[in-house]
Amino acid sequence: MMPQPLLDVRDLFISFGDTAAVRGLDFTIRRGETLALVGESGCGKSATALSLLRLLPPAGRVVRGSILFEDRDILRLREKEMRRLRGGAISMVFQEPMTSLNSVLTIGPQITEAIRSHDRISARVARARAIELLDLVRIPEAHRRIDEYPHSLSGGMRQRVMIAMAVACRPRLLIADEPTTALDVTIQAQVLELLDHLRRDLSMGLLLITHDLGLVSDWADRVVVMYGGRKCEEAPVETLFRSPLHPYTRGLMACSPKLASDLFFRNGRLPEVSGSVASAADVAGCPFAPRCASALDSCRNVRPDAKPAGHRDHLLACPVHAPAEHALAFG
Amino acid sequence: MIPRRTPLALFLRNPTGVAGLSILLLVIAGALLAPVLFPDDPLDMVTRPFVWPLQDAAYPLGSDSLGRDVLAGIVHGARVSVLIGFASTVVGVVIGTLVGATAGYFGGRTDDALVRLMEVFQTFPPFLLIIVLVSITEPSVATITLSIGIVSWPTIGRLVRAEFRSLRERDFVLAARGLGYSAARIVFLEILPNATAPIVVTTSVTVATAILNESALSFLGLGDPNLVSWGSMIGAGRDQLRTAWYLAALPGAALVLSVLSLNLVGDGLNDALNPRARGR
Amino acid sequence: MPLLSVEALETRYGALLAVDGVSLRIDAGETLALVGESGCGKSTLGKTILRLVPHSGGTVRFDGVDITRLRGRALKPFRRRMQMVFQDPSASLNPRQTVGTLLSAPLRVHGVRGRTERRRQVVAIADRVGLPVDGLARYTHEFSGGQKQRIGIARALILKPELVVCDEPVSALDVSIQAQILNLLVDLKSDYNLSYLFVSHDLGVVKYIAERIAVMYLGRIVENAPHRSLWSRPLHPYTQGLIRAVPGQGTPGRPNRVAPIAGDMPNPFNPPIGCRFHPRCALAADICRTSDPPLRAVLPGHDVACHFASA
Repeated sequence: MMPQPLLDVRDLFISFGDTAAVRGLDFTIRRGETLALVGESGCGKSATALSLLRLLPPAGRVVRGSILFEDRDILRLREKEMRRLRGGAISMVFQEPMTSLNSVLTIGPQITEAIRSHDRISARVARARAIELLDLVRIPEAHRRIDEYPHSLSGGMRQRVMIAMAVACRPRLLIADEPTTALDVTIQAQVLELLDHLRRDLSMGLLLITHDLGLVSDWADRVVVMYGGRKCEEAPVETLFRSPLHPYTRGLMACSPKLASDLFFRNGRLPEVSGSVASAADVAGCPFAPRCASALDSCRNVRPDAKPAGHRDHLLACPVHAPAEHALAFG
Repeated sequence: MIPRRTPLALFLRNPTGVAGLSILLLVIAGALLAPVLFPDDPLDMVTRPFVWPLQDAAYPLGSDSLGRDVLAGIVHGARVSVLIGFASTVVGVVIGTLVGATAGYFGGRTDDALVRLMEVFQTFPPFLLIIVLVSITEPSVATITLSIGIVSWPTIGRLVRAEFRSLRERDFVLAARGLGYSAARIVFLEILPNATAPIVVTTSVTVATAILNESALSFLGLGDPNLVSWGSMIGAGRDQLRTAWYLAALPGAALVLSVLSLNLVGDGLNDALNPRARGR
Repeated sequence: MPLLSVEALETRYGALLAVDGVSLRIDAGETLALVGESGCGKSTLGKTILRLVPHSGGTVRFDGVDITRLRGRALKPFRRRMQMVFQDPSASLNPRQTVGTLLSAPLRVHGVRGRTERRRQVVAIADRVGLPVDGLARYTHEFSGGQKQRIGIARALILKPELVVCDEPVSALDVSIQAQILNLLVDLKSDYNLSYLFVSHDLGVVKYIAERIAVMYLGRIVENAPHRSLWSRPLHPYTQGLIRAVPGQGTPGRPNRVAPIAGDMPNPFNPPIGCRFHPRCALAADICRTSDPPLRAVLPGHDVACHFASA
């Protein structure tokens, strides 16, 4: 029997004013797994992340859909219950550690505040816990560092402090929105290793939001590829990288130059994806159609749903590239 | 895609800004039309003294202690206020912008020297300095305009300097330097167009301050003796506050309305030009 | 004679020596990549070479002429021969100018007379970089990120320079747009006979586009090698770690999950004594803690600054 998923997002529609940022998104996350949400700017991944904690800015609205966390619909909770959830059962790590930390407070109070807003314990006990947390995220000399200000820490360390705050109350779901984009590549590896380690230690579900397919192939269990507010493809990581089906997924994989490849400018051009993201704005059908080499007329009018393709776990929103035996299912 | 909202459109959508602008336009209209509406010298004695407002249809706002038409005085006074207010602000903005831009862009010793200069001017109580400058010369529209302008430039100068200091580090300025542009071209054609927002906002406040300074001068009898201004009317009505208080109150109200309208316009401009107010 | 020759260049920001004795050269028609992480000084080095940032020591020779001694008017003719493409197109284009103005101003400043002639050159370069014809009348903020970068490239090329410093030219762009811009840069290089100093932290991009690579760490060059040599035999431990740290090199099912370099970047105000990399280096020995290894040729054309590097 399939264990009930930790997070079950269904038919999510998010708008900012008149613009639709997310148009009908479904995905699930199971306990203890890392799901990567991949896409470029404007695909709706950050809006999705914020909506999970109901942290959308005033201009943003969830127009339709449900977000079930352990069977409770987050969108229907009262604000008071929401506050208990944030930082408690569901936690988030953001991209910019420089601006996410309060620069006029030392690290200690920021962590203990996070702890004490969910647990009634004394300041002394909270401080001891904070030092433990700093150890957990591998900050050397935690008992000394706890009294330092954010500006005396490096970017990688600040991000670790953010992670410490996020896991302080043992969340069951951790959302990491581009957690390493602002960090150097040698530090990225350290931070992701830490997140993965914590995921296993605390049996958390990890939602990893990123635009970097390399990170996805190294750290994710399952992948959802987004474009123009919709899901184009979803698959376990091995399946996605072995046989990507959606033209956007394939384009994305082909166009970033890889260390493993021998492609050199003298002997070949980089494969391109023509056009730009802006073209997805008002398209009635598949948002990728304006840039897609295999687009048919029907693609511009009919919005494709994600359907199983081959593998049961491999979903594809593209009638043109569906494997032959399932082409009939799209009609 | 959220369409870009132009500052003008944003300003016009702001009710207080529009209200302020309407009053201001009324004042300016009065100033421009004064010679048409009231062709005679407002200092002429035209009727008996102390006619109260709304008593006589020919003189809707009454007459003063010498039988002069109060309404004519107010409309001509608007002319003086508007002229001196705007002209002195132009002087102040031009000097302030030149000094601030030079200090902000070049930095180093030039900046040090110019900042000292601004500080020197700012250590004087502004109004006293105006009185001193006007007393040294003959009080006339030109000297009053210059004096007020000279006192107002340091505020603009500091503002412009701050803008230039931050903008000069931007990549597009670096690109301009890389292309071999001269300092003058960079200051005036590259940076200045991007520094106008705070200047525009401060301008309206500067005009308001100038009008108040001018009124204070003429209240004290130090203004141009050949002109009627709101300050001089208030000064003249000072002795009749108990009996004919309208003589001070009416020009006072005109003054308050003008200054208020400028402040409202300034607020409206600030909201319209402040990037955070614009949708992203 | 190399087009660009940098010797013992130093750039100081107050107490910080951002560029600490860098020597390199670029031949005509060559792309040299400058690779490193944040704080290594690569961006500062690029700007110092273009004389946008004052240097505090060393020389820069362009076409044989020592341009570090030149200022103002004497420098102006060299400025048109060396230009820069900036990282953030939104910040590097004047928001108050139309594209047409932005592109024609350099021509005017450098003596191209006649509006028609200037317009002709502007239209030609705009077309060459793939900007729509009606774009010239629009303001820069009306364009997408990729298009803005094309405008930036057009501006850099309108004076027909010989050397272009590309400072992280695709880092601020979406992945699917990066390839378009990289292909454009490659095409323009052969069309206009350009040399590139390509500053980047992205090794995948650098591997694709650079004939020669210099790796920087804390203001110094630690390895400088031609393409084939660097990728097949990186010799400096930092270079090796940097290459291994790039995500996505495993195969599906056998991911690469080891963080190859421990520790953090040291405080640049207070670099370690001896070899700057020794606190994070697995090979560190006593000599590394006391003696700063010089950059020397270990293989033909392949320079390394490490006591243990050998052919």
